[in-house]
This record gives sequence, C-alpha cells and structure tokens, in this order.
Amino acid sequence: MRLKPVQRLLIHIILLAGAFISAMPFLWMITTSLKPAGSLYDPPLLFPVHFEWQNYSEAWQAAPFPRFFLNSAIMTIGITFAQTLLSAMAGYAFARLRFPGRNILFFLILGTMMIPFPVTLIPSFLIVADLGWLDTYQALIVPRAVSAFAIFLFRQFFLAIPRELEEAALIDGANRVVIFLRIILPLSTPVIAASATFSFLFAWNDFLWPLIVTNSTEMRTVQLGLAMFQGQYGTFWTLLMAATVLVTLPAILAFLLAQRRFIEGITSSGLKG
Amino acid sequence: MTVNSIHSSNEGRAKRPTFSRLQQLPTALVFLLPAIVILGVFNFYPALYSLYLSFFDWNGISPLKEAVGLANYKRLLDSQEFWNSLRVTFVYAGGMTLGSIAVGLLVAILLNLNIEGRAFYRVLYFLPVITPTVAAGVVWKYLFDPSQGVVNRSLALVNIDGPAWLVAPGWALAAVVIVGVWKRVGFNMVVYLAALQGIPRTYYEAAQLDGAGPWQTFRHITLPLLAPSTFFLSVTALIEAFQVFDLVYVMTAGGPLKNTDVIGFYLYRYGFRYYELGFASAIAYAMFVLIFIVTVIQFRLTRSGASDAA
Repeated sequence: MRLKPVQRLLIHIILLAGAFISAMPFLWMITTSLKPAGSLYDPPLLFPVHFEWQNYSEAWQAAPFPRFFLNSAIMTIGITFAQTLLSAMAGYAFARLRFPGRNILFFLILGTMMIPFPVTLIPSFLIVADLGWLDTYQALIVPRAVSAFAIFLFRQFFLAIPRELEEAALIDGANRVVIFLRIILPLSTPVIAASATFSFLFAWNDFLWPLIVTNSTEMRTVQLGLAMFQGQYGTFWTLLMAATVLVTLPAILAFLLAQRRFIEGITSSGLKG
Repeated sequence: MTVNSIHSSNEGRAKRPTFSRLQQLPTALVFLLPAIVILGVFNFYPALYSLYLSFFDWNGISPLKEAVGLANYKRLLDSQEFWNSLRVTFVYAGGMTLGSIAVGLLVAILLNLNIEGRAFYRVLYFLPVITPTVAAGVVWKYLFDPSQGVVNRSLALVNIDGPAWLVAPGWALAAVVIVGVWKRVGFNMVVYLAALQGIPRTYYEAAQLDGAGPWQTFRHITLPLLAPSTFFLSVTALIEAFQVFDLVYVMTAGGPLKNTDVIGFYLYRYGFRYYELGFASAIAYAMFVLIFIVTVIQFRLTRSGASDAA
C-alpha cells in the first residue's frame, strides 16, 4: 500500500503520541532523580535541566542497596545459568532421544505453564521451609532452576538442526553428552541468547517469591529493597527515583543487548504456540 | 516398566525401533532428570498438595491439620471479600487484556505500513514490557499523584480536573488497569507485527482486485489471519492478569476500601499475613479453576471466530 505524505505524517503523529506515553514514565523518573530536593514540582517535569548526581550516591547509601544488588546478582546469575543449561538438556532429550512416554512427559511439562504461580506458592513455600532453606540463596534459585518455556524454545530450535551433524560423531562412537556440549550447544547461540535474556529479566524483576522466602534485610533482593525503600523514603521523591533508575537499568541493558534474539523468541513462541 | 508392556503397546511396529527406544532411556534420564525433579517438586506436587490443603484448617506451624471437608470453599462462597476480589480481578483482567490487544494491534498495523523508524518505535513501545513491575508501580504511583502528578497536571492543561486516582475508590482500579495496559502493549505489538509480516501480499492484491475497501480487507482478511495470534495473546494476557500481584502491592496495597483487592493479593493476605493456609489454598484453587474456565471459553471463541471467517 502506498501512502500519501499527509497520511504518513498523520501515522507518525499517532505513533509518536503512543511512544511518548510509553516513554514518559522513564523521562519523569530520570528527570526527578536529578532534581534538587526543593524544586521537585517545578517544570520542566520530563527533561532534566538540573543534574544532582549526588542523589544517586545518597540513595545508594540510604538503604542497604549494595547488599540488595549483590543478592539480586547472585540470584539472577544462578537462575539464568541453571535455566539455560537444564532446559537445554531437557529440550535436547525431547528433540533427539527416543524413549517411552516422551510425548506424555513433554505435554505434562508444557502443562506446568498453565498452572498459575499462586497455586503452587503455599506448598512450595512449605517445602522450602522444610528443607531449612528460608532466607538462603538456594530458596531463591533452586525452585526456579528449570523453565518449561525455555524447554519448549530449545526443543523447537534443536528440531531444526540437521541430524547429519550428529550422525558422523555418533558413528565415531561419541556419546550424547559430548555431542550435546561440543556440537549442539555451539550451534545454538541464538536460542541461548533468547532464553538467557528471558531468564535474566524474569529473575531480576521477580518479586513475589523472594518476598515470601526471605525475611532478613540481608537476603532481600533489589525489587524488595525498592518496595521497602518506597515505604520509608516515600516522601523523598528524588532519592526514590534515583533508586528506581538503578534498579531498572540492568533490565533495560540486558534487553538492549539481546533485543533481536529476545523478540525472535517471543514471536516464534507466539506464532507456533 | 517391562519390555513386554512396551511391545504390546506398539503392536504392528517393527521391533528394532522399539528396542532403541529403551536403549536410549538411560541417556534420556541423564538429560531430563534435573527438569523432572525440579518441575515435579516445585510445580506438580505443589499443585496437587494445594488441593489437599484446601480441605484442611491449618496455620502452617501447628503439627495438627484439622480436616474440614468443603468448609473452606463454603466460607469462600459466603465471603463478600471473595466476590469483591473476583469482580476486581475480572475488571482488571478484562480491561488489561482488551486494552492492550486493541492498542497493540493498532500500533502493529501502523508500523506494518512501511513506516520509517520502525526499530525506534519498537524499542520505545517495548521498554515497559521489560521494566521491573515494582519500578513501574513506584513511578506510576507518583505520576498519578492527585495534585502534583504528571497525569493530573497534563489534564489541567486541557482544563480537566483529574480525579484523585489511587486514593479515589472509583478510580484506583482504572489507574492500575492503565498501568497494566501500558506494560503489555509492546508485547502484543511485537507478536502482531510478526504475524502481519507473515501475511502474503497477494491476499491483499486479490482483495483489491475484487474491489474490497480498506475496512473490508481488514475485517475479512487481516483479522481472520491474525486469529491464532489473538488467541495466543488473549490467553497469555488473561492468565497474566488473573495473577496480578506486584503492581497492586506497590501501588495500592489493595485499597482504597478493597477497590483493587485482586485475587492474588487476597490470597497473599490470607496465606502470608493471617497464615490461614487451608483457606488460602481454597482461594488458590478457585483461581486455578477460574483461569481454566476462561481459557476454555477463549479457545471456543477463537475457534468459532476462525471457522466463521474460513
């Protein structure tokens, strides 16, 4: 369809208006985080003219943010690594190995995606408590070490890899573990990038599970820390927004780094799912 | 499992593949064991145990669980709080799903018209999707500030006296829905855009030759071909919306006057503040059944919609 310049302009106006609403909270957050405490309500509200960088160091010290970031980093790296490796392994078994009950097991695993998280919340909490894991990194990582969605992504990707690549190695007597590590994984960087980005964002942004299985301040993650900070420093908008920028930044960076793969991951699951 | 039972279930097939199916079992177990253990212990078992717990009265600490039969469910159905929670959740889920699908589809269609700067728009619309919900909730809470917030200040520019949003009983839920839509639009847009790009040009050319106008083309070609995406997006959006928690926790804590007391927050209160684990499990199962029913209805609707078009 060919558009007239007027139509084109009109479309851009609509799209820009929408993009402005999308981005406005980010602009306000950054601008507020850089304002001197007294000039909070003065315009401009969305574009910074002040640059009070010390708001950031003040916010960083006002609550145990270094500790929250450490906890979130450990949890996020743990979950991302475990989900990627363990889900890729399972995906490989479903794509390549033949064993009784394979299809039933695969559908059962996909079925777990239909179980709402709150349904498993209380029993999972009780299991973690019984294991003596409350307030530990195990509690934050192990229950989420595998992702059914990632298993699905990996399986779809592995199915598209030509079998011939493995057959030569099989004839040479290599076992499946070696083939998986040496042949399959190196060919899978696109799906690894997509799945790792999903895991990273899931873990970094997660709130409800860490809220329930941690209770000491030392074990809180950044999202819990931010919610807590809002409770205590709710009237210090500039500091609160500086903290919010810091908590949001890693998620945005991860997304920008892996944007293409990540979006491919969403669209491929959306179209086939 | 014995070799025999596998043979009998595979009657009519050659024997060799049956044998190799068993041969690969140990290898498959190595690859699958972590996934089976973790999903089993932290998904399957909890889903069943939740149902079991819902028939008991238990505070989580006492060694004694008191079996109460269906009492928790009866209490649920008699509870005004539950029905309020259900209503709030339905309004949120409906508003968030419909709003984000309508806006996401509109943006995707516009971007699909060979507009320059597509990558730029895509990133901007997608940013809210990956933003931590807690951070988004914190920021929007201030944007909705009755006197100083950007929302009401912008409305004042066009001489509208904005409501008190998060502290106004009639408006708080609307504000939470707006944030939910804001956060979901980019995801829907990306999926719709990919689907639109997969529609062959020839379909549109044929429609043009037949004299179809833009609305007819949209109604009879674009929409039916997007039906699988619409199904996927509406189901995933509804499932996500029925479980909403973080946003409510940060923005309103269920208030004012339980006006935003979504079922996820209601469950959290009974499970982790009042420690009524049996009753909270009944809430969880009510939620499970609800999501299941809505998904089935969705499936039916989309199916019949797609076959109408064909």
